[in-house]
Amino acid sequence: MSKKIKSILATDCGSTTTKAILIEWKDDRYRLTFRGEAPTTVEAPFEDVTKGVLNAVMEVEELSGRTILNGDQIITPDNGEKGVDIYVSTSSAGGGLQMMVAGVVKSMSGESAERAALGAGSIVMDVLASNDGRLPHEKITRIRQLRPDMILLSGGTDGGTTTHVMELAEILAAANPRPRLGQNYKLPVIYAGNNKAQDSIQSTLGEISDLDIVDNIRPVLERENLEPSRDKIHDLFMEHVMAQAPGYKKLMSWTDAPIMPTPGAVGSLIEMIAKKEGISVVGVDIGGATTDIFSVFEEKFNRTVSANLGMSYSICNVLAESGLDNVLRWVPFDIDRSELTNRIGNKMIRPTTVPQSLEELVIEQAIAREALRLSFIQHKAFATSLKGVQSERTISDAFEQSSSGQSLVNMMDLDLLVGSGGVLSHAPRRQQSARMLIDAFMPEGITQLAVDSIFMMPQLGVLANIDKKELKDDASQAALEVFDNDCLIRLGTCVTPVGKVKPKSKMAQVSLTFKDGSTKEIEVLEGSLEMLEVPYEEVKVNIVPSRGVDVGAGKGEPLDSVIFGGVVGLIFDGRNRPITLSTDPSQRIESLLNWSNAVDEYPKGDLF
Amino acid sequence: MAHSYTPGLKVLQKTLFRKERILPLKGKVLVKKGDNLSPDTVVASTNLPGNVQMLKVNNILNIEPRDVVDCLIIKEGDSVKKGDMIAETAGIFGMFKSSVESPVDGTIESISESTGRVIVREAPIPVEVDAYVSGIVDEVIEKEGIILKSDAAFIQGIFGIAGEKRGELVLVSNSSSDELTSDQITQDMEGKILIGGSFLSLDAYKKAMSCNVAAIVVGGFNYYDLKAVLGYDLGVAITGTEKLPTALIVTEGYGSIPMSDATFDLLKNNHGNQASVNGATQIRAGVIRPEIVIPINSDSDSEDSLSKEPEGIQEGSTVRVIRSPNFGKIGTVSSLPSELNKMESETMVRVAEISIDGKNTLIPRANLEMVELQ
Repeated sequence: MSKKIKSILATDCGSTTTKAILIEWKDDRYRLTFRGEAPTTVEAPFEDVTKGVLNAVMEVEELSGRTILNGDQIITPDNGEKGVDIYVSTSSAGGGLQMMVAGVVKSMSGESAERAALGAGSIVMDVLASNDGRLPHEKITRIRQLRPDMILLSGGTDGGTTTHVMELAEILAAANPRPRLGQNYKLPVIYAGNNKAQDSIQSTLGEISDLDIVDNIRPVLERENLEPSRDKIHDLFMEHVMAQAPGYKKLMSWTDAPIMPTPGAVGSLIEMIAKKEGISVVGVDIGGATTDIFSVFEEKFNRTVSANLGMSYSICNVLAESGLDNVLRWVPFDIDRSELTNRIGNKMIRPTTVPQSLEELVIEQAIAREALRLSFIQHKAFATSLKGVQSERTISDAFEQSSSGQSLVNMMDLDLLVGSGGVLSHAPRRQQSARMLIDAFMPEGITQLAVDSIFMMPQLGVLANIDKKELKDDASQAALEVFDNDCLIRLGTCVTPVGKVKPKSKMAQVSLTFKDGSTKEIEVLEGSLEMLEVPYEEVKVNIVPSRGVDVGAGKGEPLDSVIFGGVVGLIFDGRNRPITLSTDPSQRIESLLNWSNAVDEYPKGDLF
Repeated sequence: MAHSYTPGLKVLQKTLFRKERILPLKGKVLVKKGDNLSPDTVVASTNLPGNVQMLKVNNILNIEPRDVVDCLIIKEGDSVKKGDMIAETAGIFGMFKSSVESPVDGTIESISESTGRVIVREAPIPVEVDAYVSGIVDEVIEKEGIILKSDAAFIQGIFGIAGEKRGELVLVSNSSSDELTSDQITQDMEGKILIGGSFLSLDAYKKAMSCNVAAIVVGGFNYYDLKAVLGYDLGVAITGTEKLPTALIVTEGYGSIPMSDATFDLLKNNHGNQASVNGATQIRAGVIRPEIVIPINSDSDSEDSLSKEPEGIQEGSTVRVIRSPNFGKIGTVSSLPSELNKMESETMVRVAEISIDGKNTLIPRANLEMVELQ
């Protein structure tokens, strides 16, 4: 079979590391052949993201023996010995998106605007509202001080009174805010309020800002419509914030397809898996600065970006948000608290370092559990209601805004949990990735676990999205084949009965029938964690939960299913939900060590 | 020879230091190319728009917003003094009139028919940008500011808080491994930049602030003490706007870590000299590290080594270990094996073989920092 594309170079410029992969057409299929990585070079003295790209590609050259670069240029097309046919890239360099949102009533349009901004992946620096208790001049001073990347202004239902939202617009105009980055462009402002005020908004803010008007975020009191605002925020983020990342324009000139933001590329791939297999999926990408969570439940795709929860630049924010005690509860040895905070602080100021000692690795993975847990809480709060991002409520609900409707995320319905990002993909043992995913996401019932082996979902996502007609078919074939063969590492399946039982009593009886006809019985006890090594193959399972315990078919109802092993195997988690750790340090450490040993999580030695 | 890219912090005895001094808004540049500058020379100035007062005229006069225009005595652009009448109702047969007075001196900026509000803007707030470092004007950026140049010793820290400060360098710690203690800080150190060794405690930092010390340069500081100084948990390392009397520049990291000899010796040799420091740090895209600039008188031209790209580590390079174990130790690269090596954590990484105190040890390349010496 002749292929138009014989070799593909793809990079992902993360906020910490730039990763390059080489995909080649070999033996009638596309395979990942080599990969390389280098620190992302947005820092001085380079201040040019392309240097990191070239360093990562040089590593691919070194390992593969293939010449790809001619000086600072990528050689295209592939002449059989040198160069590659296409080059694509994703990027998340450029730091976070910092927004300010404004709404008339703080708990209504203000909260809706905040939800839209947070859902789009921004840090919300402040929520301005007519009733926030601040005087106009205080609001103006605040706007000037904060210098956000973008402002989202909402307020009023369609056709209703315009006075209050206009007052907010006048405050914005009086503040005449400047963007955080660069002096040479106007601050982007998105108006998503009462449609009757659009003309007045245009005349008040049109001159001083880069104004975009989208559909009302709250067209009627009982309905939220976040999607138009979220989409606009994403567009403006690419146009304004990403474009400020040093070297980004040069990188754009090298690629054969538009550069996709990393989370966008990963999201499209997760959506593709859910669609292809007809399942519910949660995907997570934990990076240096941010953690992105993607979910598909009831065929609805949702994505959130926790802008300040990450493993390097934002690692201290994980500590600040979760609290030191929550991090320490996952560490099975005593450590001086000030020593621990200093180590975490040092990771923040030197973000590219890697854990050399086992102790450092355990601490890093403890922090990862908390970063993932907090990000997932945010995701569950945003992936809500019946119709994707839209939320229907009754009038009485509308006055109580603590959460907008029911979360779509139902852990008992979850079929597949996929992890990616350095700390999950590069964990020295796959058992560690499985444990981090289970402890942070706390799946219920039967859930398959997987990781992106070498963190290439972003690159495959951008490859699957290539639009050029002559390249489209080969590129998406390459993305799917590499995804199946090289990207997703199936860790195995986690079986978790959930329900109230006495400590250490039986939660479920599990009967397994393997491919070769052999059988095995497992008793899942409350508080236990067990692992059975089974490769990635079908295993028939019959689970009989104890009274009051659910494993997916209802309380006390038995369940027959087919599950899959993997590189870790089958994990039987009797730790109930939520996982609670003893407040007694010695008991907590004993439990942690037992669980670690049960899944062979860390090398045996002084610590384990 | 094997070669590896590793970022490092600058410690330069003599370099051509260039710095942009730019206004937040366009304004007037007050110096010209070639002018000599002292740190306090004002190089550019502008006026920020003044604060605004919003008057809910319709509410005060108890009328509809659209009727406000009929009651106004002033128009957009008019200057008003505090107490001047802005609007007045006709009353009933000329009686029972209601009125609104300006609460401040300023200008009428806008009158809104849709909300009935009148916005009075106060006088502009002047903003000046000074030179920060002594030197000469190298380039004038019209209406925005200048680029100054100066022959200087230049040191980058790893992390800092508070913005620009200047003062005389005073060596307080005798060695790079000594802690700078609170009893070493005295009232006569007001306005000085203190050079410490390995560590500064919270108590010592508080004492320095009470003595109005301009800045402290030290090897290490405890991360959790930052909360007591800043009043909040520092989640991401973006600093520089803190209103603190004493800037802090940490050269090595959190904890007690001896200052690198290169940094310590350079600072020590400049004891008594004037320096400018900036604690502003941003560890994100477009990284900003805190800096110490010590202008020096020089007959010879300095090399612009600041904008030079680092060469990366090679066999023989001096490097610093930037993560536990061996955190803070300085060593020499013995070899750079190309194959991946398994660490104690079982992480497979590219390593460098480093000789530390005469003993060879394997360390992940990612955990090394180039020590750039002149």
